Amino acid sequence: MSTFWAQVFSGLVTGGIYASLALALVMIYQATHHVNFAQGEMAMFSTYLAWSLIHAGMPYWFAFVLTVLISFVGGVVIERVIIRPVENAPVLSVVVVFIGLLVIFNSLAGWIYTYSIKSFPSPFPSQPISGFEYISPHGMGAIGVTLVVLVLLYAFFRFTPLGLAMRAAALNPASARLVGIRVGWMLALGWGLAAAIGAVAGMMVAPIVYLDPNMMSGVLLYAFAAALFGGIDSPGGAVLGGFIVGVLENLVGAFVIGNDLKLSLALVLIVGVLVVRPAGLFGRVLVNRV
Amino acid sequence: MKLKQVFTPAALAIGVVLASSSAFAAKHYGPGVTDTEIKIGQTMPYSGPASAYGQIGKAEAAYIKMVNEEGGVNGRKIVLMSLDDGYSPPKTVEQTRKLVEEDNVLFMFGGLGTPTSTAVHKYLNAKKVPQLFLATGATKWGDPKHFHWTMGWQPSYQQEARIYAADILKNHPHAKIGVLYQNDDYGKDYLKGLVDGLGAKAKTMIVKEVSYETSEPTVDSQIVQLKGSGADVFVNITTPKFAAQAIRQAYDIGWHPVQYLNNVSNSTGAVLKPAGLEKAKGVISTAYIKDASDKQWDNDPDMIHFQGWMKKYMPNDDPANNFNPYGYTVAQTLVAVLKACGDDLTRANVMKQAANIHHLKLPMLLPGITINTSPTDYYPLQQLQLERFDGQNWELYGPIMGK
Amino acid sequence: MQTETTATATATAVPAKLPGARLASWAALALIACALPFLINGYHTFQLTLVLVYSIALLGLNMLTGYNGQISLGHGAFYALGAYTAAILMNSLDVPYWATLPASAALCLVAGFLFGLPALRLEGLYLALATFALGITMPPLLKYKHFDALTGGSQGIVIIKPDPPFGLPISQDQWLYFFTLVITVALFLLARNLLRGRVGRALVAIRDHPVAAEAMGVNSALYKSLTFGVSAMYTGIAGALGAIAVQFVAPDSFDIFLSISFLVGSVIGGISSIAGAVFGGAFIVFVPNIANQISKAAPWAIYGVFLIGFMYLMPGGIVAFLRIAGDRLLRRMRKSSR
Repeated sequence: MSTFWAQVFSGLVTGGIYASLALALVMIYQATHHVNFAQGEMAMFSTYLAWSLIHAGMPYWFAFVLTVLISFVGGVVIERVIIRPVENAPVLSVVVVFIGLLVIFNSLAGWIYTYSIKSFPSPFPSQPISGFEYISPHGMGAIGVTLVVLVLLYAFFRFTPLGLAMRAAALNPASARLVGIRVGWMLALGWGLAAAIGAVAGMMVAPIVYLDPNMMSGVLLYAFAAALFGGIDSPGGAVLGGFIVGVLENLVGAFVIGNDLKLSLALVLIVGVLVVRPAGLFGRVLVNRV
Repeated sequence: MKLKQVFTPAALAIGVVLASSSAFAAKHYGPGVTDTEIKIGQTMPYSGPASAYGQIGKAEAAYIKMVNEEGGVNGRKIVLMSLDDGYSPPKTVEQTRKLVEEDNVLFMFGGLGTPTSTAVHKYLNAKKVPQLFLATGATKWGDPKHFHWTMGWQPSYQQEARIYAADILKNHPHAKIGVLYQNDDYGKDYLKGLVDGLGAKAKTMIVKEVSYETSEPTVDSQIVQLKGSGADVFVNITTPKFAAQAIRQAYDIGWHPVQYLNNVSNSTGAVLKPAGLEKAKGVISTAYIKDASDKQWDNDPDMIHFQGWMKKYMPNDDPANNFNPYGYTVAQTLVAVLKACGDDLTRANVMKQAANIHHLKLPMLLPGITINTSPTDYYPLQQLQLERFDGQNWELYGPIMGK
Repeated sequence: MQTETTATATATAVPAKLPGARLASWAALALIACALPFLINGYHTFQLTLVLVYSIALLGLNMLTGYNGQISLGHGAFYALGAYTAAILMNSLDVPYWATLPASAALCLVAGFLFGLPALRLEGLYLALATFALGITMPPLLKYKHFDALTGGSQGIVIIKPDPPFGLPISQDQWLYFFTLVITVALFLLARNLLRGRVGRALVAIRDHPVAAEAMGVNSALYKSLTFGVSAMYTGIAGALGAIAVQFVAPDSFDIFLSISFLVGSVIGGISSIAGAVFGGAFIVFVPNIANQISKAAPWAIYGVFLIGFMYLMPGGIVAFLRIAGDRLLRRMRKSSR
């Protein structure tokens, strides 16, 4: 039975990883109605930036904050420079641009930093809490950070005028312009925030999985699944989705079908749920009136 | 009459001169060879999920660059055309065909991966192009009878696993074994060797086998499963990133089995340090190459020379990455074979020389380990030595095993 | 998820006002296609065969995503299914290579249809996720140890290259090229007939205005599922041909990047066009090699730049770009003739 709980807690930690990237995906979807497939690679690249800063001697929290800021600016720049020209292109063309960004970041990281794994420090104590060995302090800390980001994000969208303006810009750009919202800058802001969230996610994830250029490639699918599972326009749903996917995957692998097929079965279950509830657990159901 | 008297001896003289010059020079060139260069081809995963292994290609290219700067082999520079196949077999086929049919390379060298090399295995043998020193430990490459033109290099995975099995039977005869393996040919080959080595006791001793995919972010869940199975011996068949995770996770959840770690992932600096040196204490592995980050070789002249080479030719690369001494040593084997060919640089002769290496000592191989091949033995390296990690360094112990 | 590209199904960029020119250009194309393998070496013939194979796969994807608006990020799975069917039949049952094509086609048609049924409930992103999941699931399934006897596991299956029949004096590569070419032409003609007629209009209607289409009597569910099936069938046939050309199948050949490459190739060629599939196939085969020549250190970064560049210049794909360019040229010619 202890193995069961061990798997659950281990699943919560990996679920936290998925949830943190899923938050970035939700952020960018809320702001632009696009799913940025390059989000994982951008997060990985931000983490490498942090690593470079720490390696050059900067204390952890300095590097953390500086990386988040640089990532924010980077996200804004990417939106204005690279995404802006294809704003009015068909959706799939924009997807191809995202894929282009994905391979560029991955390839650049591999070229600059090579493919050896690197340790990334954790701000949380490293010794396991005696008596409670199911989950490490960093694991708990990472989940905590994810929840804090979730609350901040929820509050931002729900209670601030800027958040409202952003949602309006994504939902109905024409009307938004009519009430004076600078739609272009809302999109850029959305990208900046998503990049910043991604950077945080990467820096929380790297101590667990080790930093290498392919660190986030596996995570992206789970984050995507988690975000849709929970409802792509619900940050809370995405986080819950992430935890559920993480725990589900572990339990399926340990007790149901073995590790070989656990990914397949987990995905089948998720898609199954989506077939029954096509907007995800907490997503807004769009009703089409004819 | 006079003309004939002059003509015949002149003709004879010219004939003798010509014949003797060709006999002395005895230059036989296969495709891709000139008086000044030898072109060889390679496919490596420089992108995609296996891109970490591309470091081997980088190291080999850097070594060859040094050799060329020092004059080349018998006056010829080696031109290594290394193409990216992204670990995708169809791409390997395409790139190999390009190298053989368009770039006319003399032979293929150091291809990485079992499925990728399998994809071109038949093709290269049918075209009689040597497929030398493949960068995979799969056992099937040493089959001169059916595939005369293909040869591996490193000690096979199965052989290494059998050494672990023998050690377990000797020192932990009542062990409960848990195995973590990568779900591909590399992992499964090791597992087979372990099971074969344990023989009849395999079924009772192995209590849990868990696999993982390289696309998974962590193997923490698998380690939890292994701990839950009650295993007290852990056979860790993982690639570097996952090896570090496994070692750390096992320690963190309070599981302290006797751990055997496969030698692909036993670098002190690149794997054990990220995992936590104190967490890797007691881990057992095997070695045939000196670990570039292990302090026991600090005063070894060969290691010093190697570090100097790295500083000069690969200054931005991680000196702890064990793929570098690996690539360095394979490249040295290549140079030795090319040297032995002399001016007879045909594909047949390259293969002949490759299949006739006797007691080749190379600087980064462990003392006592040499490279040996023969027309019936296509396994260049078959020796390994056990080592145990003491928290700081690897301590080699026991005899050199294998032939 | 609506694609905004123009929905015309013309298979050529040459303006319709010059019918003689169109015939001439087709004839020239056919001549070049047949002469090429004798002018280039085996390796390039192999590459051209791959271009044809991928164009069939992309045509399947175009049908589904371009014409019918159902996005698929997992078409590599159907490609793998077709490839493994061919490999297993040839390897275990000694089925001749040409007979594996109908088998792969049938299997993938059924598989695609069965996948398309529950997919009816999913739209846009959610369908993308479901197909993405399908694409990711394929390699682990192929590696599953209980299927090892059939699939060869991680080691894969080696296939023997077919010889030209009737003792024709051409090489294996050339024969395979012509075999693939004939199948490609046949499949493209079939697609053209389907997509230009009632079926094509129904698909486009479902994509652009699903409610209106239903109101007009189009059986949306049936069309969408059948389209999934036919699309999978095309990609499955491509998979079988690809397996025969490469002579090897292994789980590593069919990872998610293959599915993503298909999508990229489709969009770059022109996702709502038939000719676009050929441009896309050429892109997938040749551009990575070009990128490799430009930069050995970070070739995929160059590839990414290519992708973004193409989307800036030709957001509607190569075919749309050619059409616009052709129209402009024609207008300028007409202006100058006044």
